[in-house]
Amino acid sequence: MDNNYLVDIQHERLSFFTPAGEVKALNDVSIHLKEGEVLGIVGESGSGKSVTAYSLMGLTAYPGKLIGGELHFNGHEVEKMTEKDFSKMRGKEVSIIFQDPLTSLNPVYTIGNQIMEVIRLHTDADKKKAYARAVELLSLVGINEPEKRMKQYPHELSGGMRQRVMIAIALACEPKLLIADEPTTALDVTIQAQILELMMELKDKLGMAIIMITHDLGIVASMCDRIAVMYAGRIVETGTCDEIFYHPKHEYTKGLLESIPRLDSTKHEKLIPIEGNPVDLLNPPEGCEFAPRCKNCMKICLRENPPKTDFSETHYAHCFMNQKAEMEGGNTNER
Amino acid sequence: MSDKLLQVEHLKQYFPAGGMGKNRKFVKAVDDVSFFVNKGETLGLVGESGCGKTTTGRSILRLYEPTGGKITFDGNVILDVENKVKADMLPYRQKMQMVFQDPYASLDPRMTVGDIVGEAIDIHKLAANKKERHDMIISMLEKVGLNSEHANRYPHEFSGGQRQRVGIARALAVNPQFIVCDEPISALDVSIQAQVVNMFEELQEQMGLTYLFIAHDLSVVKHISDRIGVMYLGKMVELADSYELVARSLHPYTKSLISAIPIADPIKARASKRIVLQGDVPSPLNPPTGCRFRTRCPYADECCAQKEPEWREVEKGHYVACHHVEKINV
Repeated sequence: MDNNYLVDIQHERLSFFTPAGEVKALNDVSIHLKEGEVLGIVGESGSGKSVTAYSLMGLTAYPGKLIGGELHFNGHEVEKMTEKDFSKMRGKEVSIIFQDPLTSLNPVYTIGNQIMEVIRLHTDADKKKAYARAVELLSLVGINEPEKRMKQYPHELSGGMRQRVMIAIALACEPKLLIADEPTTALDVTIQAQILELMMELKDKLGMAIIMITHDLGIVASMCDRIAVMYAGRIVETGTCDEIFYHPKHEYTKGLLESIPRLDSTKHEKLIPIEGNPVDLLNPPEGCEFAPRCKNCMKICLRENPPKTDFSETHYAHCFMNQKAEMEGGNTNER
Repeated sequence: MSDKLLQVEHLKQYFPAGGMGKNRKFVKAVDDVSFFVNKGETLGLVGESGCGKTTTGRSILRLYEPTGGKITFDGNVILDVENKVKADMLPYRQKMQMVFQDPYASLDPRMTVGDIVGEAIDIHKLAANKKERHDMIISMLEKVGLNSEHANRYPHEFSGGQRQRVGIARALAVNPQFIVCDEPISALDVSIQAQVVNMFEELQEQMGLTYLFIAHDLSVVKHISDRIGVMYLGKMVELADSYELVARSLHPYTKSLISAIPIADPIKARASKRIVLQGDVPSPLNPPTGCRFRTRCPYADECCAQKEPEWREVEKGHYVACHHVEKINV
């Protein structure tokens, strides 16, 4: 195992045991992340992108259960950690920003109170020092009149401001890893641009790593170093930003890229949608989960799980299409 | 011109927001908006939340009773507040329909899909007997890519994309000419969005429909629309042909809106420079004087604070409301 990684998840399996049956939310997921790197996780709802990140913080609640794999984060073996260890780690070494800032802030405490809480919990700063630090954080995230805001409640702020406060709380103890779970989905585009800009600025300033969970390929293209594409609880393809956008190797990734309308197109082209409906994880299909919706589905796809194919040190995909040439051509160097 | 299907003039929609008597306050959700939609075209309406795009769509259908303005549909005045004309909407409801944003909330959970689609057929008495009604429902469902066995199921048995198809089938059931699509795809997954967008286009070709397509996602709106109107705080700020609008936008708000959209292409994304607007959208309860965009506009000056910019046609078919259009776009 390479110890240079800040995050190293190996073969993670996680299931939700619901009354209706076992839902395999994560199925053999492996990702890693270096310090200061930005990893984007894309996929549709229910593909497991949030669960992957949450499990790193021990936030998978009942009936979710980790049933296999190794999770390493910053020297911790996450799968063996207790709730007590987690509360020491959360907010200090790893922080999270949620999608909806209104529901993730406490409505009955002032903004100042909520920021100071984190600081006082994880450092030995006294009230005065924590206050000064909180004011400093608010100005760091670009909030005007920070001292006035300290006394305000979440409902008095706009959506963009609330998300800035969330970021301030997340960064209070300068974590090594920031998990951003759809941080701008609830915001308008012009505010989204402000928040993304802010996140990148702070990343450079503080040198933290970011896991960016989103379904917006545009955000990923402009922010991330590497991308993991998830479908039905698996990482189907991962690679650097350029590899994913310019040389996609999985049919799902290709489909996603073709199905989005482009703002810079100059003539009207019909969109090429991915047909069918998202997978029902209670009854996943045999073989490759994407096969029933895949344009180039072959017989083998319906029977077997596609193997991992490496294209470069950073780029791999699970898709039989990459073996097709070998299987048919017969004169590749493997023979 | 006679090929205008819908004409909206000086539409105003104010909502009371507390206060009594003289102090009565109003949210000016839509304030003096004028535009027209030609037969068979798609007019897109974009803007940030709270800019009044949904309200505009609903006021046109008179789901809200507008405070002021005149609406003409297919040559008939359906509303003229000044001259106190208020047409009976029932016959027009058959020609003007709406598809809602949230496919989870807009379908009655206790009705079967067949009844949801059939309800409009009943109200407008379009079917002579039960058999005809049933056939009509099935043909509608088939049009939107569902099949006859879906008619007996309930909404909860469907995925988001399928529900939105039901919502569309319901709108189509009365054979309308004009459909207001209010964010019909924003609640759907990315991979499903393209399916629904394509379906809207196919139905338009088959049935000669006219759309008012409301969404906040400019890339989708640009894809589907012939012309696009951009709204900000209850005002229309720019309206033009969709390619023209994206390639040569004139209003500073449109410019920043376009540059704020992340491009799904890493090389272009790295090269592009964003115009990041400062601050938030002001409250519509007391919007800024003069030009409503001036508080966030990089070009704002004295003149913008005092005078409200005029809605004018700077080039053929390209409307804009800004004092400094000529200065900004040299």
